[in-house]
Amino acid sequence: MSSIASPERIWWNPLSRVEKFWVVLAIIVGLAMFSSMFIWMAIGKQNIPTETYQVTKDQFSHASQRMVQQYRVRDDAGVPVVSPPAGSDVYLVARAWQWSPILQLKEGETYRLHLSSMDFQHGFSLQPGNLNLMVLPDYDYVATITPDKAGEYTVICNEYCGLGHQAMVGKIIVTE
Amino acid sequence: MAKVSTNVQPMDSTDFRTCPVTGLKVHLPAQRLIIANAVTAVVALLIGGIFAILIAFTRVPAVKLLPPETFYRLLTAHGTDMLVFWIVFFEVAGLYFGGAVLLNARLVKPGLGWLAWVLMLAGAILTNIIMLAGKADVMFTAYPPLQAHPLFYFGVILFAVGALLAIGLFMATVIVAKSERRFTGSVPLVTYGLIVAAIIGIFTLLAGAVAFVPTFLWSVGLLPRMDPGIYRIVFWAFGHPAQQVNLAAMVAVWYALATLTVGAKPVNEKVSRFAFLLYVLFINLGSMHHLLVDPALGTATRMFNTSYFMYLAVVGSLIHAYSIPAAVEVAQRKKGITGLFGWLTRAPWGEPGFAALVISMVIFGFIGGTTGVIQGNDQINLIAHNTLRIPGHFHATVVGGTTLAFMGLTYYLLPLMTQKQLVGRGWARVQPYIFGSGIAILALGMLWSGIQGVPRRTADISASGLAGVDTTLVLVGVGGTIAFAGLVIYILIAVSTLLFGKRQKC
Ligand code: HEM
Ligand SMILES: [Cu+2]
Ligand SMILES: [Cu+2]
Repeated sequence: MSSIASPERIWWNPLSRVEKFWVVLAIIVGLAMFSSMFIWMAIGKQNIPTETYQVTKDQFSHASQRMVQQYRVRDDAGVPVVSPPAGSDVYLVARAWQWSPILQLKEGETYRLHLSSMDFQHGFSLQPGNLNLMVLPDYDYVATITPDKAGEYTVICNEYCGLGHQAMVGKIIVTE
Repeated sequence: MAKVSTNVQPMDSTDFRTCPVTGLKVHLPAQRLIIANAVTAVVALLIGGIFAILIAFTRVPAVKLLPPETFYRLLTAHGTDMLVFWIVFFEVAGLYFGGAVLLNARLVKPGLGWLAWVLMLAGAILTNIIMLAGKADVMFTAYPPLQAHPLFYFGVILFAVGALLAIGLFMATVIVAKSERRFTGSVPLVTYGLIVAAIIGIFTLLAGAVAFVPTFLWSVGLLPRMDPGIYRIVFWAFGHPAQQVNLAAMVAVWYALATLTVGAKPVNEKVSRFAFLLYVLFINLGSMHHLLVDPALGTATRMFNTSYFMYLAVVGSLIHAYSIPAAVEVAQRKKGITGLFGWLTRAPWGEPGFAALVISMVIFGFIGGTTGVIQGNDQINLIAHNTLRIPGHFHATVVGGTTLAFMGLTYYLLPLMTQKQLVGRGWARVQPYIFGSGIAILALGMLWSGIQGVPRRTADISASGLAGVDTTLVLVGVGGTIAFAGLVIYILIAVSTLLFGKRQKC
């Protein structure tokens, strides 16, 4: 009997003590990892958002434009900087190869961040801090966020979106 | 009057040769197909390897070898040539070996085997031409609305049809072998593992059709729109099980290597086969760990899916992680080796297959498996998705694990199939160490960079303002160089054996 030859006629043998121990241990490890998923969700401070809507590109870009018109405070290299009120809906538009506008948020306040794309799939990646969400066209993905540390954050794109992908860098500013 | 057929056919001796060393009856048409598929696999590995070293040095900030456009083009080709063409061609060779040679059986309809090979080869050549011509800079995932030239999707479909045909041929071969009583009782464990891989493979390829056929129709204008979210779900219903084919095939190869190098026998066939069965039942779940931070997926769905239904497939892997070393230990002790760890210290570390087995298991288990389970956790995925942590994880699984195991098997399969002595045995002894250490460094460099936020699939991170990652990215270049050296040694051994190996019996 070997791995590469047919086994003996009857191979349905009982497990030895060591084998039983190992199989039970493996199952316990599996169940522990499974329950830890729920435990983390309960005690973790950062969970994956699940709020999603269907949206057309026009609807989403209009929503974003409205926000820009109302709350624009200045421009930064041609990209509008907006400072929407705490608790409001804020819209970040991804398109090849730009994030816009630049959001200026307040530390400790909560916002509903809407993400959608005007063309390809993009990856919202907030640095430093390392927070990553997929941004798809026709999907409005809503993350409820509370910035907890003031500073300037970079939004890089971490889903390949064409030949200019590496240049797709935006900004989120968190003020005290 | 109908005649009663006995179903038992005589061994058609002209088509067979008997190997005096192993006693295996080798079906010559199967042997030719095995060599053809393995050689094609090695060619794909060489092409993918050349692209690998170029993209690796592009990711080192101090070097930035390629301009972005070339980087994306070659990255697409690297992913496709390696993950699809190298791995699947080799697996087809492995299937024919496990289905015909190990069962002392004939490969039914070798003509169809050649048709499968031609389809796969045509698909591989076509996609490569399109990719290198710059008509498919979309990565192997080809997420719509990014669109490639229709012939890219068509090439992938051709390849998949060929692969499906090959799997069908393998299944038919096993069934016919059984009815012709070429073996008695159950199939060998290695063949059993390959049957598991084949079953998952059928599911994989059908899901692949659902992903790529509509995309092809869309690329020629027959479908108005592809839903990007649904495409991702369907794509990973294909892309994820494809990795489980590799897993099952790799574990089957592990068992084979343990037998070939130290004469290990499965300690308990029931335990090992049960572990494989867990793969069939649960491993096709898990596909959503690619989609954890996608819009539109509910929490409960994600939890049950990404946990492979309570990690039962992981339990399967943990069982193999016990039963293979146990089999090695038992075999070693039977030779009279004593002491708590004598079976390890006096193991044949200079035997290429044994070194490949152990290093593959260690890299797969300790780097690949752990990072996989960790990154598949909801909260962690939020900080890991699409960073270099992801390629760090899968270079430990499918390269340090599967690819290295396949390399180890080659050192036995090739002499057996070509009846030639291995050329450069000394190099084969060190090759697993070189390739393995290179991949380990590469994977750790990727993981470490990804933890600091470095994105994957990005030609240049200078605009991203990430600081302090230059050193960890150097590891990608260092590990990549060492791994590339190991890869080249492997290919040189394989090609020289094929071309210049001394004839030997068997
Ligand atoms: C010498 C060996 C290898 C080296 C140095 C290497 C290096 C790399 C590098 C630097 C990347 C780019 C990561 C990124 O920027 O996102 C990459 C991606 C990748 N590699 Fe490898 N690799 C090697 C072997 C392999 C093998 C053998 C396989 C498959 C069996 C493989 C499969 C992949 C895949 C699937 C990707 C992802 C492509 C994508 O993001 O679309 N690699 N590799
Ligand atoms: Cu982008
Ligand atoms: Cu991008």
